[in-house]
Amino acid sequence: MSQAIGVLFDGVAYGSLLFLVSLGLSVTMGLMNFVNLAHGAFAMAGGFVTVLAMTRFGVPFLATLPLAFVITAVIGAILERTLYRHLYRASELDQVLFSIGLTFMSIAGATYFFGSSQMPVHLPAYLRGQVNVLGVDLGVYRIFLIASVAALTLVLGVLLARTRFGAQVRASVDNSQAARGLGIDVDRVFSVAFALGSGLAGLGGALGIEVLGLDASFPLKYMVYFLLVVVVGGAGTIKGPLAAALLLGVLDVAGKYYVPEVGAFVIYAAMVVLLIAFPAGLFGRRR
Amino acid sequence: MSRTEIVFWLAPVAAFFLLPGYLVMGSQILIVALFALSLDLILGYAGIVSLGHAAFFGVGAYTAGLLSVYGWGEPITGLLAGGAVAALVGFLVSFLVVRGEDLARLMVTLGIGLLLFEAANRAAPITGGVDGLSGVAIWKLLGIFPFDINGRTAYVYAYVVLLAVFVLLKRLTRAPFGLELRAIRENARRMPAIGAPVRRRLVAAFTVGAAIAGVAGALLAQTTQFVGLDTLGFNRSAELVIMLVLGGAGRLYGAVIGTAVFMIAQDYLSGINPVYWQFWLGLLLVAFVFFARGGIMGGLDRLAARWRKR
Repeated sequence: MSQAIGVLFDGVAYGSLLFLVSLGLSVTMGLMNFVNLAHGAFAMAGGFVTVLAMTRFGVPFLATLPLAFVITAVIGAILERTLYRHLYRASELDQVLFSIGLTFMSIAGATYFFGSSQMPVHLPAYLRGQVNVLGVDLGVYRIFLIASVAALTLVLGVLLARTRFGAQVRASVDNSQAARGLGIDVDRVFSVAFALGSGLAGLGGALGIEVLGLDASFPLKYMVYFLLVVVVGGAGTIKGPLAAALLLGVLDVAGKYYVPEVGAFVIYAAMVVLLIAFPAGLFGRRR
Repeated sequence: MSRTEIVFWLAPVAAFFLLPGYLVMGSQILIVALFALSLDLILGYAGIVSLGHAAFFGVGAYTAGLLSVYGWGEPITGLLAGGAVAALVGFLVSFLVVRGEDLARLMVTLGIGLLLFEAANRAAPITGGVDGLSGVAIWKLLGIFPFDINGRTAYVYAYVVLLAVFVLLKRLTRAPFGLELRAIRENARRMPAIGAPVRRRLVAAFTVGAAIAGVAGALLAQTTQFVGLDTLGFNRSAELVIMLVLGGAGRLYGAVIGTAVFMIAQDYLSGINPVYWQFWLGLLLVAFVFFARGGIMGGLDRLAARWRKR
């Protein structure tokens, strides 16, 4: 029983990471219908910011997290302004090719600068080890992870539901033409949302070094997972990707724990079945 | 065939006599060109973006490979068997693919590709898993020509199969069937209005594409006498899309030329440094999307148009 709770807990921690990284992708696909296969590269960038800041400049782990967020957000904003922007109305094939190209470049770049081995991260002592909660041993870092993502989700939820910017984002997702007609600068809303999403991915990548690992092949290795969260959860909401990410996280961890011989099969099978059963996502609206 | 086309198809024959040291590489190019043609029918003509086309290539390769491991090494029937099994898988998968919107299609093809990759990876007792399927022994072609170490038989074999499939596809794409596919790509909503069964046509295109991919996979298995797990890998699917777009999707010659250019460049550049190759490939893709839509064939068209204007 306690074992099952442990697996569930790890799955939730894993899922909350997936959610954090995928949220930006959900905005890109929901708002601009842009299939961005390079989203994982932003997460990788955040991870490398943390590793560099810790090893080269001796910045403590927690202090690197805002850095990872800000730097990836800036990279995202620059790329959006210079490249992505021109392809919003391009065909799906063009978008796929462009973002695969970007992914390849990021992998080659990361290999060039950091090599292809796994990057180590030395967590501070207070985030290591385990605590016993009601007879179950839980990793401290995973508790920290879940708590951080939960807090962030609340902040984002308030941002989307209560602020003027949030209302503009929702309006643009629902009907960008009408939103434009009402005088909302949809392009600017999207630029900000893209930067925010990239930053969150970077933060997720930094937080995830301990759980997902970090090496140059990261963008391709997890690409499917991020896409899956968005496609299953339905693009352009918070609730959908959250539910999908938690579901996938638990399924994946449970699959690897209980039926290791089947491996990643579980997750791919779940993906195909969910896609067929819910073509518009679990919480998506049919267009 | 026009005169340019005859010259085009004589080039590989010339290469056979002039570049005997490159026949192994040459047959690789011919095989992948066949594979690219199969995607061209699905992506270029029918407009279905597939990120998991290697699934059918791998199915064909493993079918032919396993057949010979279990004692049937006759090449031509093995080739047909590879194509048939891939066609069956493609037929079944096509119903899932045709259902969804563009994005769902992309994800379903990607998912099926990954699923088959994992399946082959886990079924190591049958497929050899990561080590690949070894012990493939192919009999003499037509009972006369053995597959030699220089790859002469393999080259001619691959060339003949490629040419045959090319002629077939050329007829198919010029027939009403091909026109319907192009019309579906351009506007799938309007097609039912003129009485064209969109789904049935897409299922047919996908199945034929899968069959040809399976033949290409079987060719690779037979000529290299080995089947690796990478025949099913995502990289193979992604690179194939790149080759097709490089040459020009929706053009049969685009698939062939794109493959040749891509593979020769890859051979040359990754010989210098594989990491650089990946970087340049990425940059090339981004540049292509921005500046060179239509690929090599599209560029040639524009050149020809300018020539005629003068």
